[in-house]
Amino acid sequence: MWKWLHPYAKGEATFRLLGAWLPWLSGLALILVSVGLVWGLFYAPPDYQQGDSYRIIFIHVPAAMFSMGAYTGMAIAALIALVWQIRTAEWAIAAIAPVGAVLTFVALFTGAVWGKPMWGTWWEWDARLTSELILLFLYIGVLALYYAFNDARTGAKAAAILSLVGVVNVPIIHFSVYWWNSLHQGATITKFSKPSMPPEMLIPLLISIAGFLFLTAALITQRLRNEILKQELHRPWAMQQLGVEANNGVQ
Amino acid sequence: MNNASTWRILKTLMRRDLAVALRRRSDVINPLLFVLIVVTLFPLAVGPGPDILGRIATGVIWVAALLSALLGSERLFRDDFLDGSLEQMVLLPAPLPALALGKIVVHWLLSGLPLVILAPLCALLLKLPFEAWGTLMLTLLVGTPMLSAMTAVGAALTVSLGRGGALLSLLLLPLFIPLLIFAAAAVESTLVGTSAYGQVVLLAGLMLLTLTLAPLAVAAAIRVSVN
Repeated sequence: MWKWLHPYAKGEATFRLLGAWLPWLSGLALILVSVGLVWGLFYAPPDYQQGDSYRIIFIHVPAAMFSMGAYTGMAIAALIALVWQIRTAEWAIAAIAPVGAVLTFVALFTGAVWGKPMWGTWWEWDARLTSELILLFLYIGVLALYYAFNDARTGAKAAAILSLVGVVNVPIIHFSVYWWNSLHQGATITKFSKPSMPPEMLIPLLISIAGFLFLTAALITQRLRNEILKQELHRPWAMQQLGVEANNGVQ
Repeated sequence: MNNASTWRILKTLMRRDLAVALRRRSDVINPLLFVLIVVTLFPLAVGPGPDILGRIATGVIWVAALLSALLGSERLFRDDFLDGSLEQMVLLPAPLPALALGKIVVHWLLSGLPLVILAPLCALLLKLPFEAWGTLMLTLLVGTPMLSAMTAVGAALTVSLGRGGALLSLLLLPLFIPLLIFAAAAVESTLVGTSAYGQVVLLAGLMLLTLTLAPLAVAAAIRVSVN
């Protein structure tokens, strides 16, 4: 049943498959992100409450969504790496983690920029902000562990275990932070009731979300391709791919 | 392998770990002194008024406990890794997660339990109102096994690295957050006069979950570390 998957345990096959996907992913990402952002930033009507400053939502929400989505993806890759010992999945961890970390950072940054005019402060110990910050720490931990070992294989496996430990903890952390927030912060300004969105705002947001999905996928695909190439550099096909003759003596 | 022999191996291993640790008492005592010193520093930093100190007491004691868990984490696997007994442990005819649980229990006996006993002294120094002392000790009693288990995961992951200290804190401190939140909330509820039952039970649930899953992660991490 899983037979069609087996070739992709080999770096070369995965490399080629990802190469075939890449133009589609990046093309869709380019189109959708452009349409979503231009529509959202220039043509969508201003909010009756927040004026124009709400427009950062078109970056903030997709980034936040896929910062968490990428972590899930990383944990799935980690599970595959640990259970079936597939090296491509180990490299996928290294490919996903920086993308996820950057998305998390973007979500935090845009959140802060949005918070300044709306809440009057760059940082509020709001439950969502706090759990996003913790997510950033988790990403950084996985990355730090991945690159801490001299032996890349050991590092990848350690990072895989940590990702899985993290994914068990993420819901607990999330829940506890919400709970903590409701206990300590009940009466602050963080509560801004979100009016249900009119379609003129919702459609560009959805387009933007789809665009970020493809953007994330494209970035991860490209990073994974690079990682495969880097790890398989000693093999002839990788050399060929780079246009270098195998006996050129070029490392 | 049957259960009886696993149990025997586990008992031998735990007795050995206890003996080794008790012969190097400074490793056991230093993290406790660390907690005491951190607790001493806070009144000097924020002023000795009971209103401020009483409010931050729980947080300070718990944060000090988290940091001291990191300090004492090397003891868990480091020496065993260096002299090769960790590899022998992997080869033992007993399930590795069970042995990992044994290590966690011994580590808790020597780091968590003393902390529970030390807690009233810290509470006294930080002028925590007396009615909250019991809850503080209870949260430590329920929370520190979880601390030991999580620390064991981190220590097993980084044991083959020369110095994993800073890395270890990066890995573990975010995972300690729920523990900190519920423990602080439990003491807080006692202070405002409501029951801390809910938070303590939640902590106990988290502890059981951690003690169930962490040994598996520790075993996997040991296997990766010793290759």
